[in-house]
Amino acid sequence: MGNAKKIKVLVAKPGLDGHDRGAKVVARALSEAGMEVIYTGLKQTPAMIASAAAQEDVDVVGLSILSGAHNEILPEIVKELEKAGMEKTMVLAGGIIPGDDATELKAKGISEVFPPGTALKSIVEYIQERIS
Amino acid sequence: MSETEKLANGVKSRDARCIARAISMIECGDECSGSLLQMLECSGPPVLGITGAPGVGKSTLADALIRHYRSMDKTIGVVAVDPSSPITGGAVLGDRVRMHRHYTDEGVFIRSMATRGAYGGLAPASMGAIKVLSAAGYDMIMVETVGVGQSEVEIMHLADVVSLVLIPGMGDSIQTLKAGIMEIADVFVLNKADLNGIDELERQVMDFIHMSGINDNGSMIIKTVASKNTGIDKLSEAVTEILGRKKCR
Amino acid sequence: MDSYKKWEEGILKPLVEKRKERSGKFLTASSAEVDRLYVPSSPDHGSYTEKLGYPGQYPYTRGIQPTMYRGRLWTMRQYAGFGDAAETNARFKYLLEQGQTGLSVAFDLPTQVGLDSSHELARGEVGKVGVAIDTVEDMKMLFDGIPLDKVSTSMTINSSCAVVMAMYVVTAEEQGADPSRLAGTVQNDILKEYIARGTYIFPPRPSMRLVTDIFAWCSENMPKWNTISISGYHIREAGSTAAQEVGFTLADGITYVEAAKAAGLDLEKVGGRLSFFFNAHNDLLEEVAKFRAARRMWAKIMKERFGVKSPRAQMLRFHTQTAGCTLTARQPDNNIVRVAMQALAAVLGGTQSLHTNSRDEALSLPTEDSVAIALRTQQILAHETGVANTIDPLAGSFCIEDMTDSIENQATAIIDKVDELGGMVAAIEKGYPQKEIQDSSYRYQMEIENNDRVIVGVNKFTVEENRTPRVLKVDPEIGRRQVSRIDDVFAKRDAVKAEKILSGIREAAKGSENLMPLIFEAVRSRCSIGEICGVLRDVFGEHHEQVVL
Repeated sequence: MGNAKKIKVLVAKPGLDGHDRGAKVVARALSEAGMEVIYTGLKQTPAMIASAAAQEDVDVVGLSILSGAHNEILPEIVKELEKAGMEKTMVLAGGIIPGDDATELKAKGISEVFPPGTALKSIVEYIQERIS
Repeated sequence: MSETEKLANGVKSRDARCIARAISMIECGDECSGSLLQMLECSGPPVLGITGAPGVGKSTLADALIRHYRSMDKTIGVVAVDPSSPITGGAVLGDRVRMHRHYTDEGVFIRSMATRGAYGGLAPASMGAIKVLSAAGYDMIMVETVGVGQSEVEIMHLADVVSLVLIPGMGDSIQTLKAGIMEIADVFVLNKADLNGIDELERQVMDFIHMSGINDNGSMIIKTVASKNTGIDKLSEAVTEILGRKKCR
Repeated sequence: MDSYKKWEEGILKPLVEKRKERSGKFLTASSAEVDRLYVPSSPDHGSYTEKLGYPGQYPYTRGIQPTMYRGRLWTMRQYAGFGDAAETNARFKYLLEQGQTGLSVAFDLPTQVGLDSSHELARGEVGKVGVAIDTVEDMKMLFDGIPLDKVSTSMTINSSCAVVMAMYVVTAEEQGADPSRLAGTVQNDILKEYIARGTYIFPPRPSMRLVTDIFAWCSENMPKWNTISISGYHIREAGSTAAQEVGFTLADGITYVEAAKAAGLDLEKVGGRLSFFFNAHNDLLEEVAKFRAARRMWAKIMKERFGVKSPRAQMLRFHTQTAGCTLTARQPDNNIVRVAMQALAAVLGGTQSLHTNSRDEALSLPTEDSVAIALRTQQILAHETGVANTIDPLAGSFCIEDMTDSIENQATAIIDKVDELGGMVAAIEKGYPQKEIQDSSYRYQMEIENNDRVIVGVNKFTVEENRTPRVLKVDPEIGRRQVSRIDDVFAKRDAVKAEKILSGIREAAKGSENLMPLIFEAVRSRCSIGEICGVLRDVFGEHHEQVVL
């Protein structure tokens, strides 16, 4: 265990949406898969998320958003991550994000969008397959 | 210039990205971490350790202290340690949440670390993190740990001032605190001092100090209500006093 | 049975004389007559009267009205709101035309947390999960052409409730309506925000002060208004069990009643204006039992714990919403069936009003078509299935009575634990409800992932789906439009007066006087929600979560 490299994931709730059931369940599942999850809490602005991601030197940023504000907020976060020197970080999103929005977001730097009903296992595997 | 040299320079110019990567290198025992550490001179800022059982308000206290020191224009590097699961090896690190107001403040750097379960495995990594933050020129370093594991107690040996945080109603469970932590505490912070039982707690702590004879070290007792920002200046004064007595690292 | 005769004479007759039942006779689909109430034929009616009783009689297990849906159907109240006030106004009118009987307003997140649409954190959020309300002018547009003295309106608003409610009342005034005759509800349940919903502004104690200010003000000025909707819906959505939903909700209720008592309010009066809001989840039998257990428990709590005598204050009146968290993004039409079953549970459980979710809710806000189907679901339930023709039809079922007792026992244990921890505010500070709910939610998810629990279309009976269903899109320009609306309102108002009133609120917030009159004045002077809540933020501070993971 000791010195092995752990996968580090930042789980954040951007914007004003306060529904954190999903984010917390995902955080727990990732930690049970051996990852180190930094949970930032609610009401995160893009700048706050990028700053935390940079300081924690995470491999993955996971964003949970159910308020419909994803088209505006998520690309902002990608931009802030680039500004903070975290352009190589994998950005994942989950929540209430319709299919066509998800397609557009993937073209804007979001690696994958996980809709409601996604098995936690598939999120874990997605990360493990791509982060060595 | 080698990659390692570039990184060291980045740390010294307080580039957050470089600091973060440097800490990661040390954390995973990268082969270059040794030479990296050699390139970083430690400027010797004071290290303030904050420890205590879960739920006593360490992170809230840390947040209040950060605000206090920021108001005096001091920059701060924070290392927040939480336990890894011995079963899965993973961890959920949530201490940052209570320090959220400092997220975009360039004068504050917050790094969460997991104990990773290994005895003695944490101390070198956190020592390395402290070294990196010192070399980056922060005026003060804060290390926050949960004081119930052996490895977490060891980290406190790295601190110049150790604050043990206690709350009313946990009097009897003072006994359950890891052996050694009560003895090395420089300051006993009695948090949530607005609750019933604060006097009883103070008595118990004073009894302990008296009986264990550690009063020769001049341990202090400070009452705070971290969530209301009460007692923070007194705590800061106590820290300054204790630092004055000790030599800095 | 003696007790039956007593109930018939003492409770049923007076009501039926005042208001006849919907029909002289109620018939099944086979044209057989359906009785109003079925009672046990065995003479063990001691336990019957004690545990079940009769509808409209303590402990109200079987329902709070003597005629229930035979007298009046539940209110069909679809939650709606999105975009700007004009769009929502159009959706309200559509729903009223389609036969909806009460309005229910959804507000966007900036409004819910007391921020103007121009605030930095409002970016991308304006008009998304509900209607954007910045000033009373938006409220007036929202209800344009809808006479507020003729409809009953429920508003899902909590931390910024005082301001939004004031805007509603001032709108009614400016329409020429008499505020003392207004009927409706505000959710105003701040405790569940800390537990499950996350849209709080201020810390718990000053928030409770605002809650009791609203109780007191309405008691004097709007006697028909329901001042709180103590909510279990969100607690359930966050992943709790049925027993936890009841336990934590009633524990919240106890805290509110205690606060009202401490504020010197008359519990007989205030108690009669408390209402509840529950979830209708998948397991039909458990849900019916849950509603009955809740009614019986609350009646006992009000009578025994608080010494409340008025029947009205002992009765648990509730609104129900079908469980959003059970709806799937895959094969969305299946959701129509889920919602129908859940709505059935709510009706068999005796709800006073009901919102049925639309099939596309796991994807976005509902389209007009989807929302129409959801409303039809209720109408079919009411008029075609026969379940509204007799009261509490599942009573006496061994299964249902057993489950009712069981939920009561588990929920009581939870309330006892909360008492032990020093009450709900203390329990929240210690993270007790949050942790319980997170554990339940994780367990549920694991059951699904391990295929111990089947979710049709998700972990079984799946298909390749290519069809992208039509979803509602909120106009992204709306944020900008709202900002210019605010500018307009500010340009036209008396700025000096507005500033003066805001300072007045600031001073009063530091003391303990009722803030409602000053908030009303601020609203009339065209202060914005951001300005008023901003002043309160300055004095009360902002709350941030204590993470429990």
